[in-house]
Amino acid sequence: MNKKNSQPLSLRVPEPSGRPGDTPDFSHLQMDPAGVVERPEVGSTPYQMRDLAFRLIRVLDDEGAAVGPWNPRLDPETMRRGLKAMILTRAFDDRMHRAHRQGKTSFYMKCTGEEAIAVAQGMILSREDMGFPTYRQQGLLIARGYPLVAMMNQIYSNAEDPIKGRQLPIMYSAKDYGFFTISGNLGTQVPQAVGWAMASAYKGDDKIAISWIGDGATAEGDFHNALTFASVYRAPVILNVVNNQWAISSFQGIAGGLETTFASKAIGYGLPALRVDGNDFLAVWAATQWAEERARSNQGATVIELFTYRGAPHSTSDDPSRYRPGDEHEKWPLGDPIERLRQHLTVIGEWDDERHAAALKDAVEQVRAAGKESEAIGTLGQSRPSVKTMFEEVYATEDWRLIEQRREVGV
Amino acid sequence: MVDQNAAPASQATGAGVVPMNMIQALNSAIDVKMAEDANVLSFGEDAGYFGGVFRVTDKLQQKHGLTRSFDAPISECGIVAAAIGMGAYGLRPVVEIQFADYIYPAYDQIVSEAAKMRYRSGGQFTSPITVRSPYGGGIFGGQTHSQSPESLFTHIAGLKVVIPSNPYDAKGLLTAAIEDDDPVVFFEPKRLYNGPFDGWHEKPVSPWKAQDLAQVPTGKYVEPIGKARVMREGNDVTILAYGTMVWVALAGSEHAGVDAEVIDLRSLVPLDIEAIEASVNKTGRCVIVHEAPKTSGFGGELSALVQERCFYSLEAPIARVTGWDTPYPHAFEWEYFPGPQRVADALKSVMTGGR
Repeated sequence: MNKKNSQPLSLRVPEPSGRPGDTPDFSHLQMDPAGVVERPEVGSTPYQMRDLAFRLIRVLDDEGAAVGPWNPRLDPETMRRGLKAMILTRAFDDRMHRAHRQGKTSFYMKCTGEEAIAVAQGMILSREDMGFPTYRQQGLLIARGYPLVAMMNQIYSNAEDPIKGRQLPIMYSAKDYGFFTISGNLGTQVPQAVGWAMASAYKGDDKIAISWIGDGATAEGDFHNALTFASVYRAPVILNVVNNQWAISSFQGIAGGLETTFASKAIGYGLPALRVDGNDFLAVWAATQWAEERARSNQGATVIELFTYRGAPHSTSDDPSRYRPGDEHEKWPLGDPIERLRQHLTVIGEWDDERHAAALKDAVEQVRAAGKESEAIGTLGQSRPSVKTMFEEVYATEDWRLIEQRREVGV
Repeated sequence: MVDQNAAPASQATGAGVVPMNMIQALNSAIDVKMAEDANVLSFGEDAGYFGGVFRVTDKLQQKHGLTRSFDAPISECGIVAAAIGMGAYGLRPVVEIQFADYIYPAYDQIVSEAAKMRYRSGGQFTSPITVRSPYGGGIFGGQTHSQSPESLFTHIAGLKVVIPSNPYDAKGLLTAAIEDDDPVVFFEPKRLYNGPFDGWHEKPVSPWKAQDLAQVPTGKYVEPIGKARVMREGNDVTILAYGTMVWVALAGSEHAGVDAEVIDLRSLVPLDIEAIEASVNKTGRCVIVHEAPKTSGFGGELSALVQERCFYSLEAPIARVTGWDTPYPHAFEWEYFPGPQRVADALKSVMTGGR
């Protein structure tokens, strides 16, 4: 009891700015207006550009104009392709969410509000590069034209499921589309992406890797291991943190987001960091292109925090009305990625309501047609791969245990 | 020691045969594979410039270059994860976890990721990585430098678990592991690195070079994973062992004066069930020896398999000689480490305790 200034200590547990019934409050967010954040040279040192870890790169302003040094000056056709892919992603999500409600599958996860991220980044990188996605990058497959039917077959675990009924719905695997097999253990794939990128560098190839992790999973050791390895070996990889504010019911402050930005975590590892408006297709594009150029020119990894909002429930097993204000998503100050790109294209005279309506209709049609085809093969429980496949591909060749156990099942 | 199974030197391609200890044999395996295949690289904590704290990767960096054999951050999880990414790219990384006791931080990557890669991706991605790690006791390493965690990996579908007991097998099996398309956890009994050890810590043991199994070809050869080696033929009882315990089993059967057949399993997954069945059906008795704690150790699995498959040949209950169900103690190493006396006691008990 000799301690000076002794007093009872207290434990702080962070709480979000609003709970159910509260008015959404985003006053704590520090958001630069569009166009004001500088664009450093790709070869800048992380130290020179540390400010960018705390700013917010935005290109589209409230009036739909593309402004500032980060404007990627995309041609209208590319933007239209991006917009259509986002629309298609949302239509796909809506149908599959409904399919879950109809009992056609056990599980689904929408990416509502985050479509710009996977779509833009999937369009920038090539299929030769490798994406190490989480469960909210379906837009990457859609933007690259992966068959919707195959995605649905996976979700239904039906006879044509490309991964033979072995994975939870939405855990796709599409090597030819630069889409690595998804793990349910969060964060594990970020250091794998670094290893993949190291391999490309080791071989003297020109491929790069890109990974995604949520704000919540940045608390996993894997994230920090990945940053260490990426920094030490200067791996050609883009490390995205999708800060969608919510890790199921835990707000981003629980993962450490109140004390600093997720982008700034890169600084301690000597990596460049960009903090980007994730609902701004053009800002996501520009930042990713910057990081891509850095990786391809052998200057190593970039951490990108994509600041967005998870509009939908975490999954079909989640009810966000239990832990956050009901209208928080509608009030999100950075808007909706589809509406913002639509507004921009409209403002520059490359889009109109008629074309938008046609695009929505076309997306719904595409999804409906794929849905019919997939459901004809079968939904969950109606159709599935041969049980024999359960015992296959555990090892390159079956050993006696698996042969015996397969026979025990009678296949 | 009678060694009927030692492969003739002519089996190896190129160059000659020289006495090697296990460290040299393991080094030679990686060296030869790196020379043969540019997709093979090796890294781990202190494994690059310095060549590993046990010298297994000695001079590989000097021979093959900085980007092929390098030091890694103290991040077992990161080491294995990076290897998984490299393996998915098409490389064949051989990584070192400095002590098996440090493998736990990498457990999730090995178990949830590498092991399931082929299965969960429908064959689109594989994880052809080799995770090498010195394991086991007998070097006064205390509880964080002495453990035998093999059963934590044998339980996991998709992993292979290989444990050599001598220089010849060490090189041949590690070569096979590097070439294997599945992830292999390769445990190296560090008590055997510099010489055989028969468990009589107070008695001198002859060096590796005095053993037939230390005559190691300098060129490439492969010992198939999944084949046991009969280290001593016998008629009265079968001893199943691996790693350092193979030598303890040999010493124990000699001490007991029992005509035991000693089988070195060499690989726990895949397991050479045919060799086990043939031997136990011949002898009618079985003693299992391992260093790891008894409860849920691999001996439990072996015991169940023998019981399922050889019950009507058994003349006595199966016996297990294992480490105790305590953390590995520093000051009581020789009370903990299963020695020849305990093996001899178990042999006598199964010889006299039959029906």
